[in-house]
Amino acid sequence: MLKIGIKDLAKYPFLTEAGEYLGNTGLNLEQLGHPDWKPIVEKAYGRIVVASSGQIYGSDLESLDNDSELLSFIVAIILLKSAGISTLIRRFSLAEARRAERYLQQDLWVSRDKKNLELPLKIIRDLFAVDVSIDNDEFVIKVPDYLQRAVHFHEKEWKLVNRRVTNGLVYLTAHETVRLIRAELGEYINGKIQSVNIESIPQGFKQRVDDLVLLAKKFSDTTYVSSEYPPCVKHGIEVLEKGENLPHSGRFLLATYLLSKGQTVDQVAPLFKNAPDYNERTTKYQLEHISGSSGSGTKYQCPSCEKLRSESLCFATPDCDGIINPIQFGKKRKNQ
Amino acid sequence: MNEKNALLIEGAFKEYYFNRFDLIHVPQRATEREFGYQKFNSGMIRHLVIRNDKELHLLLMKEIPSDVYCSNAYYTFPNLPMSEKDWKGADLIFDIDAKDLALPCRKDHTIFKCSSCNNSITEFQPHCPKCNSTKFETISVSCKNCISESKKEVTKLVDMLTSDLGVKKEQIEIYFSGNEGFHMRVTNNDYEPLGSQERADLVDYIMFNGAIPESFGIRKQNNSKTSLPTLDEKGWRGRIAKGLFPSKSKTPKISKEIISNGYSAFQVQLEEIKKTMGVRVDPKVTMDIHRIFRLEGSINSKSGLSKIQCNDLDSFDPFLEACLLGDDEVKVMINSPLQIRLKNKKFGPYNDELVSLPKYAAVYMLCKGLGNAI
Ligand code: SF4
Ligand SMILES: [Zn+2]
Ligand SMILES: [Zn+2]
Repeated sequence: MLKIGIKDLAKYPFLTEAGEYLGNTGLNLEQLGHPDWKPIVEKAYGRIVVASSGQIYGSDLESLDNDSELLSFIVAIILLKSAGISTLIRRFSLAEARRAERYLQQDLWVSRDKKNLELPLKIIRDLFAVDVSIDNDEFVIKVPDYLQRAVHFHEKEWKLVNRRVTNGLVYLTAHETVRLIRAELGEYINGKIQSVNIESIPQGFKQRVDDLVLLAKKFSDTTYVSSEYPPCVKHGIEVLEKGENLPHSGRFLLATYLLSKGQTVDQVAPLFKNAPDYNERTTKYQLEHISGSSGSGTKYQCPSCEKLRSESLCFATPDCDGIINPIQFGKKRKNQ
Repeated sequence: MNEKNALLIEGAFKEYYFNRFDLIHVPQRATEREFGYQKFNSGMIRHLVIRNDKELHLLLMKEIPSDVYCSNAYYTFPNLPMSEKDWKGADLIFDIDAKDLALPCRKDHTIFKCSSCNNSITEFQPHCPKCNSTKFETISVSCKNCISESKKEVTKLVDMLTSDLGVKKEQIEIYFSGNEGFHMRVTNNDYEPLGSQERADLVDYIMFNGAIPESFGIRKQNNSKTSLPTLDEKGWRGRIAKGLFPSKSKTPKISKEIISNGYSAFQVQLEEIKKTMGVRVDPKVTMDIHRIFRLEGSINSKSGLSKIQCNDLDSFDPFLEACLLGDDEVKVMINSPLQIRLKNKKFGPYNDELVSLPKYAAVYMLCKGLGNAI
């Protein structure tokens, strides 16, 4: 039997085993409300704040000789559930997924010699129903399993044709293997949090819950998403909302499209907040450049459908019939 | 199509559908599939459930369809409207058509028929020399070369499916399409759930679309020989190695050249290799997970030939083996600058002549728009 220790749980606190571990310690919610546990509540709150800013909460695993990593994750969930704000939960899940992704990658990499591969491979298999095996220091997964995940990435190197493929298997590095399941990891953690039920919380948590509600206000300036957007634009927005990486050409499409529909730089900028490499200043700068309000003063035009098709960014539906630029979407109707 | 032609063709199809039950079967898991058919001069009827061979034979005899189709997809409720069918998965399908292969022989057996005066010309012109109309219908037949080139594509695809993609030989069925090419169906549980986007990427793999030099060892900067593909590699890297290096001994010299020629030159080389090694399938067919695809055993009304399975691809001759209509003589008016070959006999060219032809040949001419019933 695979033995999962406290260190593993500190890395992967969303595993079912974490609950069992807690059960065994005999600790309950009421006790956690005691002032003695205040540092854990603070740590949990910090974890959420870091996550909501789009950063990854780093743990020093070497000093993980106590349960605080695991406990702060659990408390964070309680705080999030009590605040009940789904944007925060989503951001937290994403950030936690990225954090776990780092560990998974490390665990896969250092244990290629098979000794300790059991845990990371088990996580991948159990949580995401993907069978990963090892072939000479490399990780292999079945072509269909690969395709179902890789099609969400738009960089050319993820196209199957740019992969090594043999006998129905795709060869990947540890980094790529983990990258492939990132979105699912986020969804898994999100689902876990959603399924938690909390009846009442200890008094000692209340202040931080209120703080979270305040914090969430900062993110309420969400971009207006209209059903009138063309499929390529909707798709780009969805990719970003999932925290996936949208290639430059996709961001360019969103920016030019939304700006030409009369949105302002300040309205468009928050859209890119979830991007893995988000930086507020550069995003604003680039948007201003595209809008023509800085630099050369030239306003960039929305790329044509043909261009987008060649970049695999077109997701045409019958409503796209007869248009050559996304800007025209919805204006011309087929029957006209 | 004019009434008289439709009647003649329908009569020939009827004989076939009454007599060749041995060739016409529903595919496996028929109850989970959607069927559809078309009659001469009328629209498509879809969303049908046909449970077994008997129901299929009954429908064919009753309706004498011009074309019959069946989904590659599996549904919980195949007879409900598309949004309620509950898609469960689909076979992988491929369409290889001689028309899409850019073969030099095509111009020898493609003609353009003026839509207003029926005059046919063999070289394309923007205006009809007789009546000056600008509307033409393209009519083509296949030659031996078309068929053997299409077979090469089929063979390449089978190789890619089995050695790269993990599909077993027994999971691949190869059919003559009934007109100018081949259809393939792969039944493999792992691939069945794939959606349209995944299938699109799979098609790009097969066609070698979207490959970047980096994947084959050439970056914009800092190149070294070590990451170029080698002859013993599998998959596309192995194929590219075969395209680049004619032999092991020449490899070091050619590698050096490739590296010094740089990124864009290599990109051009990859494009060249794609032309010969990529499989030319119709991407739309493979990507479409709700398509109804021509049913094996049924007749293709574009030619009067049947869509039938090829058990031995190399020796398969569609003009013999898929030509299954009767051979009693019928009188027809034929205007065909093209000569055709069916059942090892040659027919034509005919210049608006009243001729007596075996029924299979008469139907072929009429289906192609090269003649009329009298
Ligand atoms: S057709 Fe044009 S508007 Fe429609 S999805 Fe494609 S790129 Fe966008
Ligand atoms: Zn004419
Ligand atoms: Zn030909």
